[in-house]
Amino acid sequence: MIYAIVFLPLVGFLIAGALGPWIGVRASELVTTGFLMICAVLSWIVFFDVALGHNHGYAPIIGNWMTVGDLKVDWALRVDTLTAVMLVVVNTVSSLVHLYSIGYMHEDPDRPRFFAYLSLFTFAMLMLVTADNLVQMFFGWEGVGLASYLLIGFWYQKPSANAAAIKAFVVNRVGDFGFALGIFLVFQLTKSLGFEEVFAAVPGLAGKTIHVFGMDLDALTLATFLLFIGAMGKSAQFLLHTWLPDAMEGPTPVSALIHAATMVTAGVFMVARLSPIFEYAPTTLEFVTLVGAVTAIFAATVGLVQNDIKRVIAYSTCSQLGYMFVAEGVGAYSIGVYHLFTHAFFKALLFLGAGSVIHAMHHEQDMRNMGGLRKDIPFTFAMMIIGTLALTGFPFTAGFYSKDAIIEAAYAASEHHHVAMFAFIATVAAAGLTSFYSWRLVFMTFFGARKAHAVQSDHADEEPTAAQLAHADGDHTHQDHSHDHDHGHGHDDHGHHAPHESPIVMLAPLAVLGLGALGAGIVFGKYFIGHDYDEFWKGALFTGRDNHIIHEFHDVALGVGLAPTVVMALGFVVALYFYVLKPGTAQALARTFPRLYRFLLNKWYFDELYDFLFVRPAFALGRLFWKGGDGAIIDGLGPDGVAARVADGARLAVRLQTGYVYHYAFAMLIGVAAVVTYFIAGGLR
Amino acid sequence: MFGFGILSGVTFLPLVGVAFLLTQKGDDAASLRNIRWATLATTLATFALSLYIWSGFDTTSAAFQFVEQKNWLGSGLVYKLGVDGFSMPFVLLTTFLMPFAILASWDSIQKRVKEYMIAFLVLETLMVGVFCALDIVLFYLFFEGGLIPMFLIIGIWGGKRRVYASFKFFLYTLVGSLLMLVAILAMYGKAGTTDITVLLHTDFPKEMQTWLWLAFFASFAVKMPMWPVHTWLPDAHVEAPTAGSVILAAILLKMGGYGFIRFSLPMFPDASTNFAPLIYALSVIAIVYTSLVALVQEDIKKLIAYSSVAHMGFVTMGLFTLNAQGMQGAIFQMISHGLVAGALFLCVGVIYDRMHTREIAAYGGLVNRMPLYAFVFMLFTMANVGLPGTTGFIGEFLSLTGAFQANSWVALIATSGVVLSAAYALYLYRRVIFGVLDKASLKNIADLTPREIAIFTPLVLLTLYYGIQPQAILNATQASVDNLIQTHTALIDAVKLAAAGQ
Repeated sequence: MIYAIVFLPLVGFLIAGALGPWIGVRASELVTTGFLMICAVLSWIVFFDVALGHNHGYAPIIGNWMTVGDLKVDWALRVDTLTAVMLVVVNTVSSLVHLYSIGYMHEDPDRPRFFAYLSLFTFAMLMLVTADNLVQMFFGWEGVGLASYLLIGFWYQKPSANAAAIKAFVVNRVGDFGFALGIFLVFQLTKSLGFEEVFAAVPGLAGKTIHVFGMDLDALTLATFLLFIGAMGKSAQFLLHTWLPDAMEGPTPVSALIHAATMVTAGVFMVARLSPIFEYAPTTLEFVTLVGAVTAIFAATVGLVQNDIKRVIAYSTCSQLGYMFVAEGVGAYSIGVYHLFTHAFFKALLFLGAGSVIHAMHHEQDMRNMGGLRKDIPFTFAMMIIGTLALTGFPFTAGFYSKDAIIEAAYAASEHHHVAMFAFIATVAAAGLTSFYSWRLVFMTFFGARKAHAVQSDHADEEPTAAQLAHADGDHTHQDHSHDHDHGHGHDDHGHHAPHESPIVMLAPLAVLGLGALGAGIVFGKYFIGHDYDEFWKGALFTGRDNHIIHEFHDVALGVGLAPTVVMALGFVVALYFYVLKPGTAQALARTFPRLYRFLLNKWYFDELYDFLFVRPAFALGRLFWKGGDGAIIDGLGPDGVAARVADGARLAVRLQTGYVYHYAFAMLIGVAAVVTYFIAGGLR
Repeated sequence: MFGFGILSGVTFLPLVGVAFLLTQKGDDAASLRNIRWATLATTLATFALSLYIWSGFDTTSAAFQFVEQKNWLGSGLVYKLGVDGFSMPFVLLTTFLMPFAILASWDSIQKRVKEYMIAFLVLETLMVGVFCALDIVLFYLFFEGGLIPMFLIIGIWGGKRRVYASFKFFLYTLVGSLLMLVAILAMYGKAGTTDITVLLHTDFPKEMQTWLWLAFFASFAVKMPMWPVHTWLPDAHVEAPTAGSVILAAILLKMGGYGFIRFSLPMFPDASTNFAPLIYALSVIAIVYTSLVALVQEDIKKLIAYSSVAHMGFVTMGLFTLNAQGMQGAIFQMISHGLVAGALFLCVGVIYDRMHTREIAAYGGLVNRMPLYAFVFMLFTMANVGLPGTTGFIGEFLSLTGAFQANSWVALIATSGVVLSAAYALYLYRRVIFGVLDKASLKNIADLTPREIAIFTPLVLLTLYYGIQPQAILNATQASVDNLIQTHTALIDAVKLAAAGQ
C-alpha cells in the first residue's frame, strides 16, 4: 500500500508529462487527480492503521542506492506515526489542490504540464517523508525544491516569475549547503546515515567534542546546527525567508500546496524526525526556538502592511512556521507537528480561498482594488472567515488548540530554557499581529465599498521601492522582486465583468478544508499532544529523560492560557476600527510614521541588503576574476605574452591549420626521438 | 590475431574504419553518406567490443586484466596493454560517447568530411590507448598523440578565433608534457623499466618523488584543467565544433584525473601526501573562482566550460582525500561529468546549428517553440548542479563526504559550490529558455529532430539510471580503489614507523 501511495503520483507525473500532448488536457487532469485521490484515501487508511491503530510501523527496503566503503544508503519507505501524519497532510491537501486546479487553471493551455509538476512535487514530498536515511531525505528535499522551482516559474513568460523561481532554488540551496555539511558530519561521527543506526549511536556521542573548522566544538550541537540550516532554508525562517514571498508568483494552487501546507513544513518535519539527535543538543534547540520566535514576530510585522492578498498569507505562513520551530525548540516536537497538521488545513484553505477571490476578480491580487466582495462570492467569504478564525486561534477552531499549546509550552519551558521566555512574548505579540493582519485582509477584501477599477488612491504606496529602482537599470535580473502591481497575464479588463463565484470544482475543496480547519484541533488534539500521546506516537518522536514539556504545558497559569485569546480579540478590534469603523486610519498612521511604514512595506529591506551583500559582489567578483584574473594575469603572463610574438611570425610564414600542427608534431617528434635515443643508449650500456 | 589481444582490438579497431575511409575518393552526396555511416558503424562496433570486454571483466579483482605484451624496439621498451577498475570505466565512456560525437557532426560538418571523420577515429584509438597502456612510454605516446587530432579538429573545423584557441591549447599542454617526459626518463633511469606494473611496486626515494610528482602534476594539472592553468579550456571549447567540445569535455579532461590515479597517487605516495594540501587549495579555488566567473559569462559554451573546471575541482579534491568515498566519488564524478557535460555541449550544438551563435543574449524564450529541447536542457542542467536522482549528485556527494573526513575546511568551501552552481546554471537556463520569444530570428526555430532525439535519449536515460542505481560503476572501481588505499596506508605507515625508529 505504501508503494502505491508513494509511486502513484510518480506514475501520474510520467503520464501527464510525457503523454500529455497526446492524451489531452482532460485526461491528464483526470489521471493525476484520480491517482492523488486514491493516494489520499490510502494515506488515511495508513493513518488509522499506524497512528491510531496498534501497528508499530514498518520500513520496507526497495533496494540499495549506493555502497561505498562504510557508507551504505538504501532506498526505503519508512512508515511510522510521524510519516503517517505527513502522508495524510500531503496527500489530502495535494488531492484537493489537484481538484481545485481543474477549475482555477481552466484557461491555461499548459495544464498537462501543470498537473505533471504538481504530481512530481507530491512524489518528491512523499519520498522525503518516507525516507529512512538522511540521503533519501535529501533526495526528496531537493526534489521538492526542483518542483517548487518549476511551479513558481510555471508562467515562464513573466520575468518576475522566472526571477522568483531562481531565487527560491538558490536560497534553498544555501540551506541545503548546511544540510549537506550536516550529513557529512553525521557520517563522520557515526559512520552511517540510516536513521536507526544514527539514532542508536547518538547517546554515546553526547558531550563529545570534535575538531572541525579549526575549532573544538560539541559534535552533536554542530551537527544539528548544520542540519537545521537546511530546515531554515526550506521552511523560510528568518534570514533565509526572502524567497517565500516572491514564490507567490506561482499559480495560487501551488502556493496553497507547496508554500503553505507541505514543502515549507519539511523543515519542521526534519527536526521532528531527527528529534533523537536534537534532544542531545540543547544549545541547538535554543537556537531553533530563537530563530522560530524571531521569524514569528518578524513576518507578522511585515504582513501588517502588505497589499497583495497572497503576500499577506505568505508572511503569515512564514510566521506560523516560526511558531512550529518555537515548539520544537522547547522540546515539544509533537506540538510543532500538531500545528503543522492543523496549519495545513487552514492555511491551504486561506490560499485556495484567496485563489477563489483572485479568480472572481479576474486575476486581481491587490487588496486595495477589492472590497465588498462578501455579497458577490458568499461561499468563498464564509470559507475565508473559517480560515481566518482558525489562523487567529478563535476558540475551538483548529488553530486555537495547536497555537495556544505552543505559546503555553514556550512559557512552561522558560524555567530551564534561555530563550523560551522571549519566545513566549514574541509568540503572544505575533498572535495579536496575526489577528490584525488576517482581519485586515478580510475587511479590505470583503467589506467596504466595491471598487470598480484601478489603483489611484494611496500615492504613498505607489512610489517605486528602492528595489524597483535598482532594477530599472536592467542589471541583476537575478534578484527581481517587488512586482506587486504586475500580476495580470492577459486580463487587463478588470472591472468590466462583475465578480463571480467560482465553480463547484473549486468550492468543494474549500468545503473539505473548512471542515478540517474547524475540526482538526478538537478531534485530534488528545492524540497529538494529549492523553493518548504515547499510544499515538509509539516512539516516533523522541524526548529525553528530563523532557516533560508535554505534561508541563497543560499546567500553566490560566492567565498564560488566556493571553493569546485576549490579544487575538484585540487584533480583531483594532482591525475592525481601522478598516471598517473608521477607514483611513491606517493611511493616516502610515503618513505619521513614514519611515516605519516603508521599513515594513519593504520587508525590513532584506532583499536590498542581500542584493548589496551577496548578489552584486558575486557578479563583481566574477567579472574581476574573469577579466582581471584569467585575462590580465594568467593569460597576460602566460600564453598570450608568448603567443603574441610567435603568432606574428607564424602568420607570415604559414597558415594556421598546418603551421601549429607542425610545431606540435615537431615537438612530439623531438620527444619521441629523445626517448628512443635514451633507450638505445641504455640498451648499449 | 597475430598474437594481439582483445584490448589491441578495441584500441585499433577505429583505425580499420580509417583504412576504409581512405579508400573513399568521391566528394558527392553518396560517398559522403558512405563516409558518415562507415564512421558511425566503426564507432558502434568499437563500443560493442568494449561491452564484450566489460562482460568478461572481473570487478572483484584489483589486478590488471586482459594483459597483453610484445617486445618493441628491442631493449627495455614493451608494448603492453591491460585494464583494471580505474581504466575500464573510462574505456567504456570513450567508446560509448564516440557514436554521439559522430551523430552530432552528421549535418553540421560539410567541409572536409572525410578528414574530419578520420581525425575522430584516430582520436578514439589514441584515447582508448591512453586508458589501456601499461607501459609508460606507450602511455606517453597515446597521451600526447591524442592532442594532434584534437588540435586539427579545433584548428580546421573550429570557429572564428580557432587560431588563438589552438595555439593556447598547444602552448599549455606542451610545457606540461615536456616535464612529464623528463620525469619518465628519470623513472626509467631509477627502475630500469617502463612497465607500469613494475613501476607501481618501485620504491622511489623521497626526494625524487617530490620532483617526479611535480613533473607529472604539471602535465595532469593542465589536462584536468586545474586552476590557474585552466584558461586554455574556455577558448578551446568555444572554438571547437560541437563534437570536439563533447570529446574534449567528456574524455580528454579525464586523462588528467586518470593520470593522477595511475601514476601520481600510487607511485609517489609520500609526495602525494605532502602535496595534498596544494591540491586541495587549487581545487577549492577552482570551485569558487570558476563558478563566479561562470556567472558572468555571455557565451553559452564558455559558461559550460567554466562550469567544467569547477566540476573537475571536485575530482582532484576527491582523489587526494585517499579515502573510499572521496576517491570513488571523484571517479564517479568524472564519468558523470563525461555524460552530463558532453550532453550539455550537445545541447549547445543543437541551437548553434540552427542560429550559428553562442551568445546568450541572442536567445530567450526557446521553450515556446522547443519544449522537448527545453526538457532535455533542464534535465542536464539539473544533473550539472548535482540534483539527487541524477549522476551529478552521486559524484559530488561522495567526493564531498570523503573531503569532509579528510579536511573539513576544504569540504566547507567546496560545498559552497552547490549554491554557486545553481545560480549560474539556472541563470543561464532562464536567459536561454524562459521568457517571451520576441526575437525575430528565433520565430521559426524548430524543436529537436528525430536524429537529435536519438542522440539525447540514451544520455537522458543513463544520467537518471546511474543517478538512482550507481552501484554498477561504483563496483567496477571499488576493488582498485580499496587496493590503492590499502597500499598507500601501508606505505605511509611504514615511513612513519621508520621515522619513529630513528
